[in-house]
Amino acid sequence: MMNRRNFLKKAAAASAMAAAVTMIPGILFASDQEDSTLSGDINWTKGPCRFCGVGCGILVGTQNGKAVAVKGDPNSSVNKGLLCVKGYHQIMCTSSADRLTKPLVKKNGKYVETSMEEALDLVASKMKETIETHGKDSVAMYTSGQSTIPEGYVASKFMKGAIGTNNLDCNARLCMASAVTGFLTTFGADEPMGCYEDIEHANVFVLWGNNMAEMHPVLFSRMLDNRLTRKNVKIIDLATRTTRTSKAADKSILFKPQGDLAIANAICYELINNGWVNNSFVEKHVVFNKGKTNIGYGLEDKFKFKDEATPINFNQYKTFLEDYRPDKVETITGVSAKDIKYLASLYGDPNLKVVSFWCMGLNQHTRGTWMNNLVYNIHLLTGKISQPGNGPFSLTGQPSACGTAREVGTFTHKLPKGVVMNKKHRELAAKIWKVPYERIPAKPTYHATEMFRAVDRGDIKFIWTQVTNPLVSLPKTSRYRPAMEKDSCFVVVSDVFPTPTSDVADVILPAAWHVEKSGMYGNSERRTQYWDKMVEAPGEAMPDAWMTIEIAKRMGYGDLFPYSKENHHEEIYNEYRQFHAGKKHNMAPVEVLKKQSGVIWPYIEETGKSTQWRFNSKYDPACDSTKDFDFYGKPNGKAVIWQRPYEPAPEVPDNEYPFWLNTGRVIEHWHTGSMTRRIPVLHQAVPNAYVEFHPDDAKQMGIRNKQKVKVISRRGTTVLPASINERGMPTKGQVFVPFFDESMLINDVTLDAFCPISKEPDYKKCAVRIEKV
Amino acid sequence: MPIKSYIAFPHSGEKNQLISALKNTEHCEVVPSTNKDVIVLVTDTENDQQEEDLQQILHSIKEIEHLNLVSGFNDKATQL
Repeated sequence: MMNRRNFLKKAAAASAMAAAVTMIPGILFASDQEDSTLSGDINWTKGPCRFCGVGCGILVGTQNGKAVAVKGDPNSSVNKGLLCVKGYHQIMCTSSADRLTKPLVKKNGKYVETSMEEALDLVASKMKETIETHGKDSVAMYTSGQSTIPEGYVASKFMKGAIGTNNLDCNARLCMASAVTGFLTTFGADEPMGCYEDIEHANVFVLWGNNMAEMHPVLFSRMLDNRLTRKNVKIIDLATRTTRTSKAADKSILFKPQGDLAIANAICYELINNGWVNNSFVEKHVVFNKGKTNIGYGLEDKFKFKDEATPINFNQYKTFLEDYRPDKVETITGVSAKDIKYLASLYGDPNLKVVSFWCMGLNQHTRGTWMNNLVYNIHLLTGKISQPGNGPFSLTGQPSACGTAREVGTFTHKLPKGVVMNKKHRELAAKIWKVPYERIPAKPTYHATEMFRAVDRGDIKFIWTQVTNPLVSLPKTSRYRPAMEKDSCFVVVSDVFPTPTSDVADVILPAAWHVEKSGMYGNSERRTQYWDKMVEAPGEAMPDAWMTIEIAKRMGYGDLFPYSKENHHEEIYNEYRQFHAGKKHNMAPVEVLKKQSGVIWPYIEETGKSTQWRFNSKYDPACDSTKDFDFYGKPNGKAVIWQRPYEPAPEVPDNEYPFWLNTGRVIEHWHTGSMTRRIPVLHQAVPNAYVEFHPDDAKQMGIRNKQKVKVISRRGTTVLPASINERGMPTKGQVFVPFFDESMLINDVTLDAFCPISKEPDYKKCAVRIEKV
Repeated sequence: MPIKSYIAFPHSGEKNQLISALKNTEHCEVVPSTNKDVIVLVTDTENDQQEEDLQQILHSIKEIEHLNLVSGFNDKATQL
């Protein structure tokens, strides 16, 4: 009988061997060593990883009612047994000493433990009372791309179908909204057309502002494997900061913040100028539009913007691109004409298959929608799209930003199918939800930033956050923390751990963690993954979906939520599936999801298979079979090339604030650190945030490594140790700070400017100054 | 206290010396690849001081080119 410590040592060895197998194709370890790692009386259950949007398959080992180990699922085509350092350690956070296990209600300024029944009664009565006094638009819910599909679905049904307000938005607004509007404006249908198998077919990977080595490490490993085993594979890193990705890439091209708009247009100029356009593809499958320009930045409360599409022709588009000749944009971009021509030559070579990857660099951008459009322009001009190894691939940050936020639709303007502005979509939702059609309002209300501005103004008087930590993750928390502390708003926070957001709550509801409930996530490649509850949640902690249902029942909407406590996740999913019935977005039945490590939608009922490449009639039965490609999200079946210019960032460095500030993540920590900072090995690896300098800037200012400095903007200040020549290196005149550390809140400093189309904030660009402490 | 696993990459031609060095280091177990210059290292220390001392020793082993942490289990701080 193996003792527990020996088992852990075997599990640790197995993790490292699995990682090595994926990193180094063909590597062998003695078979007796591999076999021995699998012994022990452990029950292994499949599921998706809790963290990023890659959606790695995991196997969770349970013993005596406890989760004791995690390993990569070798049957998952996503990760083939590999996990990153966060994935291997994820379950360790659940036993943190400060785990929330009992509801807490603030009484006379102090938190008092109460029963779940009493806490839910209080939340329901407060919500009801607020609606009665101030109207249904005085209450709001703010959820997450980490909510499960059933959790997002019942939140949408509760707010839009039961109460009748569109005051529902989610933290995916902060990371993926520009990707959504990019897809919808270009293709009329959200989410990538390809899948991760593109990696095994592509010759060139262009990473647009995407540090995949740290943010999507398992996919990055797949790319490196591909480069090791195949000839003629290149990785090009296009970024504003030198990272681990840059170091592993074949070529690193650094550009000035906001210069990406000009680079993408310059590539298109080169494609046309050199005759590299796939004319047949463009003639058959593409139309050209231009939108409004000088569209603003959303800095003022109640900012409104609506884009307008004006059709143009190819020659007008070509004339527009004259301003983006590579030598003309060198000053804006900081990139040599030679490098832009090189990039264009890769995209333009008909013998090379090219995948563009991006994530926050393009999305968290005041012209995020435009940047997404511009990358699609490159792939549409060359016809390198919707084929194995050829395609633009927008990666997601969160594990169910696609599955929950985008597909279920937990944004103010969304419904599980379509948008609230569309009468037919409201009618479908009303029919499935069994509510009067008139109850679902036709106008969107507050996107994330505006929702918290409304709290500050006193317009929202009740807010419930689930599975998210906005007072660390929002931009300009220096405004929104005091806003949430105001007596004018009753704040309910559901979470697994205490956070700076729960610190301002009137009621804290303890939530079940990932493997303590059943659910589904949807990852970046349209893959829906199911998992079963593996262990009991501690104390009175409860799945978020069940909390929503309990509140709905208490508010008199019980007939709309007739689900069972034991199996609500499955019953909700079955109801939700009805929204996507049909060839274009069919979701796999839950029985299929239970057997497989995920299924990519549209699920083909006739064959029981996933659709790996949408819009290509060779792979996608939803296409018009008489055409080779069919962009069926648009009524005419044609994708749109958008004319989008370069426009500057809203706040640029000046004499008073001479540095650009860029923010992001590190591989060891997940978003605001509420989970990973409670995992000792990860916390020890990176115990606090820091501010990275270019060595020349540090030298000029006389700043040494680890020396504490103040990062100051017009919004706020935070103090951090300097980091010089360590993990990453920003370009001169720029500093970088990771945002995971609640004790060094860099979002007190950031700017809440956003893309006027997607309403996604730009966390990558604002002006700061540095002072020594 | 911590159980950790690493993938260790030796300098070119120094795999056997590295295996030997690690085998002779207290709290270390090695699982060498049978066909590549890669070694899986598992460490098992009893307290923070031991862990700190071991880290110093590992950093001083000259045959190591890269040492990548893969997993870590902390017996006291977690339910594991």
